[in-house]
Amino acid sequence: MKMELRDAACGYGSRIVAENISMEVHSGEILCLLGPNGVGKTTLFKTILGFLRLQRGEILLDGHNIFNWTKKKLAKAIGYVPQAHTPPFPFKVLDVVTMGRTAHLGAFASPSACDTAIAEEALQTLGVSFLSDRIYTEISGGERQMVLIARALAQQPEILVMDEPTSNLDFGNQIRVLEQINLLARRGIGVIMTSHFPNHAFLCSGKVALMQKSSAFIVGGVDEVVTEENLRSAYGIEVKITSAKNSRGELVKACIPLIN
Amino acid sequence: MGMQIANEVKLSEGVISDIHGLYEKKKKNKKILMIVLGLLPVAAFILSTVMGRYVISPLPLIDILAGKLLGLPATWPETLETVLFKVRIPRIFAAMLVGAALSAAGAAYQGLFKNPMVSPDILGASAGAGFGAAVAILMSFNIAGIQLTAFAFGLGAVMLTFVISTVMGRGSNAVLTLILTGMVVSTLFSSFTSMTKYVADPYSKLPAITFWLMGGLSSITSKDALILLIPICIGITPLLMLRWKLNVLSFGEEEAKAMGIDTRRLRFIIIICSTLLTAAAVSVSGMIGWIGLIVPHMARLVTGPDYRVLLPASMLIGSTFLVVVDDVARSVFAMEIPLGILTSLLGAPFFIYLLVKGKRGWV
Repeated sequence: MKMELRDAACGYGSRIVAENISMEVHSGEILCLLGPNGVGKTTLFKTILGFLRLQRGEILLDGHNIFNWTKKKLAKAIGYVPQAHTPPFPFKVLDVVTMGRTAHLGAFASPSACDTAIAEEALQTLGVSFLSDRIYTEISGGERQMVLIARALAQQPEILVMDEPTSNLDFGNQIRVLEQINLLARRGIGVIMTSHFPNHAFLCSGKVALMQKSSAFIVGGVDEVVTEENLRSAYGIEVKITSAKNSRGELVKACIPLIN
Repeated sequence: MGMQIANEVKLSEGVISDIHGLYEKKKKNKKILMIVLGLLPVAAFILSTVMGRYVISPLPLIDILAGKLLGLPATWPETLETVLFKVRIPRIFAAMLVGAALSAAGAAYQGLFKNPMVSPDILGASAGAGFGAAVAILMSFNIAGIQLTAFAFGLGAVMLTFVISTVMGRGSNAVLTLILTGMVVSTLFSSFTSMTKYVADPYSKLPAITFWLMGGLSSITSKDALILLIPICIGITPLLMLRWKLNVLSFGEEEAKAMGIDTRRLRFIIIICSTLLTAAAVSVSGMIGWIGLIVPHMARLVTGPDYRVLLPASMLIGSTFLVVVDDVARSVFAMEIPLGILTSLLGAPFFIYLLVKGKRGWV
């Protein structure tokens, strides 16, 4: 599947927050959306997910405009992984993941044993089956993020939209979540995610989109977009890009912010 | 060394089968729990038929029930038949319906507004119905007229809330806007009620209004109870059918949308059904507070938050609870105590208990 934004503009009511956005995400590809606070990353996500009206331009899935799609049809194609949060009621983890099946159910139906099996499989895919019987409100932030990813997987979408999947996670959990995202892409899911860390783009994405306040929307391969110059212009700080070797001897880039 | 590993493997196998056994046991426990919950209202019904100022002992009760069923000639005193069929059973039946309706509406609202502190009158249903009843009493309507006016004003108040908040819009904050508007509309209708009381005749109308507002089921007839059944069935059926989606909705508007739910339509259906339930209940019983707030919590303590079980459990516990409280109201003291006062007396301490205990996120 291919998701394509053509000259999209998004915003609230009549106020346009971001415009002239054109990009493509294919199955199996990870696109990392970078940019400073308040530049409209969340607004763009809300528009892609249909929470906000697209102001101009179009969003296409395999060439079909999604403007008039029902929520149900859209949910079967695009899954959403929100930031880990605490809901008001203490649901069991397996029940939370099973909720991902809602788009596949009839209007008045409850999930069947088959849906539960799909939910269990999603937990297994992410290696967190042991959480199945735990209470969602009582597990750690990293575990909750995994459960939300599992819920989106149970929805069986072709594109996953992840809103800062690493926010509020400790150093280790951030990397573990990124590892899982890489594995999902290898299984053929297209991922669009936001991050506040350009390093995360080096760690998992092939494509990067950089949103900036005053200058143009840049999209391209990670090496051409995440440069010292672009980061300086987007975030207004000095950045050095270096590299280190991983255990297989491959060069991995990293960026280091500098304080003068 | 090898022995040790073998032992450990054996041990872990033992643990796994234990866990599996525990899981099976949990499933079985859940079934037993539902059966027990199902028997609660039945037990409460039987208990309530014998309880009361006119005590009916179990033997004549069986006698009269069997006689009625089989069409045998009457061998029982006529008073017994009148008390049982004209007064007691309709009242028990109405208490069960009102308890189930308010509890179901409360449980649904708590999921819809993803807030465990919400009660079914949050959008103005009770305040509207109260004003309707006050006006009807002021204008000397008969009982049916009072009920009908209360029902209409209850629906009207919620509609007003809904229309105002829709006009205000605020897309992403729709739920908050709705609750705030509901509070304003409730306050507005309460002031209208106060105004009505102020102009009412202090010797006849004012006490009637005050007593109505305190809530009670003493004037229920069998016709009332049967008519009440209609709006309650209409309101409760869609809620039961949509109860899985209430789970999803309690995660918030945006997530529910992303999981494929048309949240605007679902919210509309749930509000209509809950309002129908609340307005119907309030119009026959007056203001009976706290039930819709605390019964879903009691149910959640027993079943957990999954609406597939929680909603039916809330209805069963709610009907049992209100029948028992009504039994106390009509038979424990020499004078009947208004039901609304009793439910508040019980509800407030229970709620404090929940607040003290509620650190675990409302289990």
